[in-house]
Amino acid sequence: MEWVNVVVQGVLLGGLYALFAAGLSLIFGVMRLVNIAHGDLIVVAAYMGYFATHLLGIGPFASLIVILPAVAVIGYVLQRALLNWTLGEELPPLLVTLGLSVIIQNALLILFTADSRKLDGGAIEVASWRLVADLSIGVLPVVQFATAVAVIGGLQLLFYRTALGRAFRATSDDQTVAQLMGIETRHVFALAMALSLVVVAIAGVFIAVLKSFNPFAGPLLLIFGFEAIIIGGLGSLWGTLAGGVLLGVAQTVGSQINVAWPIIAGHVVLLAVLLVRPQGLFPKVSG
Amino acid sequence: MSATTTRTRTVFHVSHTDRSSRIGLAFCSVLLVVLASAPFWGDRQVMRVLTEVYCYVALASLWNLLAGYAGLVSIGQQAFVGLGGYTLFLWSLRTGMNPIYSIPIAGILAAILAVPIVLLLFRLRGAYFTIGSWVIAEVMQQIFLQVDAVGGGSGISLPAAVVKSIAATRDGREFLIYWIILGLVVLVIGLIVVLLRARWGLALTAIRDNELAAISNGIDVNRVRLVVFVVAAFGAAMIGAMIFLQRLTITPVSGFSINDWTVNVIFITVIGGIGRVEGPVIGTVIYFLLRALFADLGSIYLIILGVVAIAVMLKAPHGLWGLVADRYGWQVFPLARRLERRTVEVAAPTELSAPLLE
Repeated sequence: MEWVNVVVQGVLLGGLYALFAAGLSLIFGVMRLVNIAHGDLIVVAAYMGYFATHLLGIGPFASLIVILPAVAVIGYVLQRALLNWTLGEELPPLLVTLGLSVIIQNALLILFTADSRKLDGGAIEVASWRLVADLSIGVLPVVQFATAVAVIGGLQLLFYRTALGRAFRATSDDQTVAQLMGIETRHVFALAMALSLVVVAIAGVFIAVLKSFNPFAGPLLLIFGFEAIIIGGLGSLWGTLAGGVLLGVAQTVGSQINVAWPIIAGHVVLLAVLLVRPQGLFPKVSG
Repeated sequence: MSATTTRTRTVFHVSHTDRSSRIGLAFCSVLLVVLASAPFWGDRQVMRVLTEVYCYVALASLWNLLAGYAGLVSIGQQAFVGLGGYTLFLWSLRTGMNPIYSIPIAGILAAILAVPIVLLLFRLRGAYFTIGSWVIAEVMQQIFLQVDAVGGGSGISLPAAVVKSIAATRDGREFLIYWIILGLVVLVIGLIVVLLRARWGLALTAIRDNELAAISNGIDVNRVRLVVFVVAAFGAAMIGAMIFLQRLTITPVSGFSINDWTVNVIFITVIGGIGRVEGPVIGTVIYFLLRALFADLGSIYLIILGVVAIAVMLKAPHGLWGLVADRYGWQVFPLARRLERRTVEVAAPTELSAPLLE
């Protein structure tokens, strides 16, 4: 039963990784930009949650009402003012977002010191449902996984059922033709970045309730998102969810064997997938 | 007796040197002599800064070869720096040999390990290659953190006896290490210049300028990239060995530090000029000047560095050296390829040429 519990925990944790990954692959898909500062922006959202809860006296999940519009604006402005100017070649977006990552980490360090912080989720953190005699699952992980599935389902709907989704897919397929069809790509890119940050901010608040964070927590979160994408296979949202779940399970199983192993267990799964099935487990385009 | 007449013929010749590269090389030679004699005119502090400069010049030159020429944007070079440091420590501890001997071993070991690593990373395209290279470095850091046989989280230090086996006196050791690092920088830059002047260089420059066109001209891009990745690992590991030989202690955190061994190196290359051999040298000088001016500011200094790197990337994508080189056509190293038409006098013996035609 202990192992069932470990796997269930991993699955539920994987939902968060899938959200990190969805935000990352959304912008890569739309504008071929890999955002090295992705993890640091997640941490920014976590700090916003920390200060929203402390200044406004609301719970972390209620604070999303404030955080989500704020990160959307940040994403939109960041894209229009800076990142749009880097697009086109491979090197500039990587190097500019790398610079951004260093700037954000050090700015957070100056503003908030290196102290680790954690969001207080309240009663929900310890609440759990008992399924059978030896197996009970926490309410928070279930809520967090359900949120992840809902967000990914929502993204799926947005991509395939709305005008904005059509614009995303069109620019992803061929930017020039999309532009000829009257899509203002710079605006679309900025919307994609705003949406990406909204998705990861949700995950950021959850992870900040789950684990403590500091100004340098971002890079590892970026790596988790990246691993979920590669394990799941590029271009498929549900594949990304599966990738995130697999990564989560690898980490919890790893830490069950040895408390120091969760991170390396995730890396090993990634390397194994690259070795055996480099296109990922559930790629959208096979072959 | 043969009555030879001379006639002129036009031949084509690929010229690498020009006036600026002649001046540049002369300047470099003088500079090298001055730097090599530093132990005789500089104090300990000067030599310490200079060795640090050399290490960054070498690391940045290697990263430039990877990213600027071969299009392999790795942010995992700390994997090889740390590996080199650990190889030197472990090898000299286990064998009790002079640590200096393990420098080439560090390089060779990293080069061998680089082959399977890069073959695995080739499965990731473009930007995902970049993050993949980082994950490899993270895996190495985790391994060295977890395995007690290589020191675990607290790392390893070189005992005094091993250090003394380098040379008997402190001055002797410091001079020797200084000259070895200077030699390594000359080796790295020399290797890159030779590589770029050879056929390989033409292939690399072609890949840098247009990958698709390079492939369609028959360049085996992956093979070129494999060789470059292995060369970069070889160099980074030897430099890593020297860096930690000076520090006398290595931990997984210091050995595999992405900020120290890759991010700063990238900033240096971007600011100096990516895709130019001179760029990393210029970038390192600027980096150390900025550091001397702003290092007291701590985190703010790193923010300034990030802002400068972003500004240069957007406004001068070929870096500060690129601005100068594009404007005046300067080059320090004779790398350009200019087709020259030359008339040469050829001896043309008339009696001989007549029968040959029959």
